[in-house]
Order: sequence, then C-alpha cells, then structure tokens
Amino acid sequence: MATPNNMTTLETQSLTIRFGGHVAVDGVSCAFRPGELTAIVGPNGAGKTTYFNLISGQLRPSAGRILFDGADITKMTAPLRTRAGLGRAFQLTNLFPNLSVEENVRLAVQAHSGTHYDMLRPWRTRRDLIDRADAILDSVALGARRSVAATALSHGDQRKLEVALMMALEPKVYMFDEPTAGMSVDEVPVVLDLIARLKTDPSKIILLVEHKMDVVRSLADRIIVLHHGKLVADGQPAEVIASPVVQEAYLGIAPGKSAA
Amino acid sequence: MMILSGDPPRSRALSLILIAIVVVLAITPFVFPGAKPLNVAAKICIFAALVASYDLLLGYTGTVSFAHTMFYGIGSYAVAIALYGMGPSWAAVATGIVIGLPLAALLALGIGLFSLRVEAIFFAMITLAVASAFLVLASQLSWLTGGEDGRSFSLPELLRPGTVFIKDLFGVRINGRILTYYIILVGCAAMILGLLRVVNSPFGRVLQAVRENRFRAEALGYRTVFHLTYANVLAALVAASAGVLNAMWLRYAGPDTSLSFSIMLDILLMVVIGGMGTIYGAIIGATIFILAQNYLQALMGAASNAAAEAGLPLLPGLLHPDRWLLWLGLLFVASVYFFPTGVVGRLRGAPKPAE
Repeated sequence: MATPNNMTTLETQSLTIRFGGHVAVDGVSCAFRPGELTAIVGPNGAGKTTYFNLISGQLRPSAGRILFDGADITKMTAPLRTRAGLGRAFQLTNLFPNLSVEENVRLAVQAHSGTHYDMLRPWRTRRDLIDRADAILDSVALGARRSVAATALSHGDQRKLEVALMMALEPKVYMFDEPTAGMSVDEVPVVLDLIARLKTDPSKIILLVEHKMDVVRSLADRIIVLHHGKLVADGQPAEVIASPVVQEAYLGIAPGKSAA
Repeated sequence: MMILSGDPPRSRALSLILIAIVVVLAITPFVFPGAKPLNVAAKICIFAALVASYDLLLGYTGTVSFAHTMFYGIGSYAVAIALYGMGPSWAAVATGIVIGLPLAALLALGIGLFSLRVEAIFFAMITLAVASAFLVLASQLSWLTGGEDGRSFSLPELLRPGTVFIKDLFGVRINGRILTYYIILVGCAAMILGLLRVVNSPFGRVLQAVRENRFRAEALGYRTVFHLTYANVLAALVAASAGVLNAMWLRYAGPDTSLSFSIMLDILLMVVIGGMGTIYGAIIGATIFILAQNYLQALMGAASNAAAEAGLPLLPGLLHPDRWLLWLGLLFVASVYFFPTGVVGRLRGAPKPAE
C-alpha cells in the first residue's frame, strides 16, 4: 500500500522470537497504517505483549525485521526507538514508584524535549517542562494528585499515569497494552476517551492490546488475531470477530463441536 | 537559594546544624589552637566532599562502587609524585592535577562504559577488581609510588608553615598552613555545591529515575548507560580532587591514607549515617564520623578516669580508651537502627516523594 513520504509507517516482516524451544512470536508479518487503530487480540499467552516488546525494543527478535518510517530498526535499542517516535504504555504498571506523579510525567516530558544531560541548572528553572507535565496530568484527570508518590495512587490512577507518560512522549506510534485492565467501571471511560481523541489525528498509528471485546468493537478500525504466536486473522472488526478462526482461538469455541 | 540549586535543607534543625558545622569549620584556626583541631577540620572538609561524590553514585543512581578510594588515591598520588619528582613548585602541583584528574576521569569512563550496561552487581564486582589491582600496583611500583612507605614531599613555599603572612590576627599567626586549610575549605565547599547543582539538574533527575526504575527510564528514551557513566566520571573527578587536597594537607600520599579499603568502608558508613541521596548527609556523616574517630578515645579516657575516681564498678573497664572501637561500632549500629534514612532523613521527617 502506497503511503505519502511524510506519513508514519510501521511494518514487521516475519518477526519471530524463540525462548529455548518455545516460539512466542512466530513469523508475524503485518503493516500498520497511519490514522488507523489496530486492536491485537488473542488468548492469554498468544504472544501479544511479546510482539509489543519486539516492536518497542525491549526484546530482540530471533528472526525477521521491523521497519519504521522506511528504516530498519530491528537492531536499534529501546531508548532510540522511543526517540524515533515509538511510544509504549506497559501492561504491568511500570512507573517511578517513589517519585511524585508530576515528576513521573515531567521526566517523560524532559526526555521528549531532548534534555538528557543538562547538569548545570536547577530543574525547576525549566518551568516549561513542569507546565507541560501538569497539562498532561490534567488531560487524564490526575491534576489533583500531582504531588503524591506514584506508588500511593490507586490501581486505576496508576494505569492513567502510565498512559500519561506515553502521551508526554508525543510519539508517532502509540502502543497501549491493556490500558483498562483492572480499572473500575467509572475509570475506564477516561482512558477510552483519551484513545478516541488520539484517533482523530490521521498521522498517528495506534496499536491496542485489549481483552474486552466491547472496547475493541467501539475503538478498533482493524483487528489482528494472534494465536500461539502466529497471526491467524486480520481484517475489519465485524468480520474478524465473526470468523471461525477467532471463535476457536479466542473464545475457545470449536465450530461444529459441542463444548466438552 | 540559587547557590543551593533550589534544594534547601528543608528542616530547621538540619539548617541550624549545617550552619553550625560550616561556621565552626570556618573559624577553627582562630578558636581551637594547636595542630590537631585543624587536622580534624581539614579531614572533615575533605571527607565531606569525598562522601558527597559517593552519594552521587550510591544515593542518586543506586549503583554500588568499590573504586571510590581508587580515584581518591589517584588524585593523592598524582600530586604527591609530581611534587616529589619535580620539587616543591606550583608547576608540580599543576602537573599533578593535569595528570591525575583526567586519568581518574578516563578510568571511570572506561569502567562505566564497560560495565554499567548490565546488572549493577557486575559494576560493583568490576570496581572491586580494578581497585584491588590498583592497590597492589601502588604498593609494588616502589620506584614510582614509594611502595608501602608512600611518598612524602614538600609544598610550594606559599603553603608552608614557615611562610607567615600576618604575625598576629586575633592572636593567631596566619601562615601557609592556614592558607592551605582555607584553600581546602573553599575547594570542598565548591565541590559540594557543584554536586548539589548536578543532582538537582535535569540530568540529576534522570539519575533518580534510573535508580527508581531503569527499565522505564530506557523506555522513555534515556540511554541510561551514559547517564550512569557520566555520574561515575563526575564522582571520580570530585574524589580525585579531594585526593589532591588530602595529599597537600598531609604532605604525603601512601596506601593507608588514600587507597585502603578501610577508607572505602568509612565512606560507606558516612553516607549511610548522614543519609543517602541528600548530599547534605555527606557533611553530617563526615562530621560525626571523623569527630568520633578522633575524639571518642580521649572522651572515653576522661570518662573512664572519672568513673574510677568515683569508685564505680565495671565502668572504668568498659570505658577504657582501648575499647573505643567497640563503642564506635555500637554507635554505628545504633545510628543505622534508629535513623535508617540517616540523620538528614530523620530530621526531614516523614519521607515525602521527590517532587
């Protein structure tokens, strides 16, 4: 598919990773398009998070390539991929536990601003970074909690903070790994609204690993299904959900067989 | 506020103690006569800077290094060998600094880039190995370092006790020795303020992030191996500078005064007693430790005699000056038990998240 040069492109080619004899991700080839939210579904252990880890650089593939904006990034380290524009929110909350909520986001803002090694002036003099962090916190409804330690937040708020860190990086590719897992019912809409708002930007690629089918249905433009590390289905949400392969792989219902 | 880089002591008691320490150090030559108080004061200054630089590593980045005395020793030996070989001139002092500091920095850079990529324990092991090798090297290369005996040398004329500037100022003869003391005081204060600036800079905030969750810092786009390596280099530079000052104060550099692992242990204790990750803790820790090291024995001797004269049983024996190490040890156990976050952490009260 032809995309204009200034548009973000992300593609994996035969991406494979083995842990000993176990093949966690098995030859996954998939191209993601800007302006499109792709949901990645599959049963537990299907390799969804591992696939994310390969794309964002926490793991190196055993075989295959990752192309980002036309460049081969397969050998690039995680920090450099982040700088190139791959943003990642983690499934298991992954924060700076003893730093304040504001400082968590401010560190992400600082990273995005390219302020890596400035050691000669006090951090408070970079008011711009603090203001930007506060604005992001307000956008995820965490502004009132900015001075507490991240570890003191409720689980739902920690999930929101996790998302806020990714927002602060202003990436080209947003990778959400079960952003609403473990959230209370009234907290879920905040995150879903946020993702819906990101979707309005036609230049962004959004990848979403999610178990809740209603969430997937309401947000996804496209669904890919992983099963035992293999890509087994790819297409429009309605048709993928209805397809026999998904019914079997994801819902555990084998068509034509009665439940044992 | 700007001189403290926006990171004040945040406790009235702590501020008062720090001010008291600085004031006493500043007036020591005028209020405490004799050589010993001045020696103790100079040692407090030097160790405060040395411990603060170790705090940059241990307290802010969470990496354990055993090579800190090596860098301290490199500074000491560089200036000692230069002054010994070239004679007592300022050119020799400059040569020592120009060779010693870059050598320390390069070594720290090499160790850092080589070992800070992986698990922190690997870095600790490497520093231990390199520091041991360096200690052996320093005692074996007798032609250069003087071996176990070390190197004694003379200072440039300006810094000698015989050089008198003012015969009588408030009853004190201002000589080269006192000038040396003030150079040390100002130098160490500048280094500590510099470190305070670094830990409160955007760079320093990343160090704390690495300590908290290195994986996450990487995922934000920070290449943490460089942050850790630069911190290691900075700490090495300050340690080597403290070593230069130490050698110039002692007019001597040897394995026991600048390289031994017992100094490494002292530094660790001072950081822990003062409070890790605070920089101010280094000043408090160094002051308490070095005062105890120098005066506990005398204090116990006096107490022991007093108890003996009062005819108390057991106490004279328990307080005998020879038992001072036992009491020093108990003091540390007690301080770590009662102040797990160090004196500074205790004075600042309940732990609050760094903003």
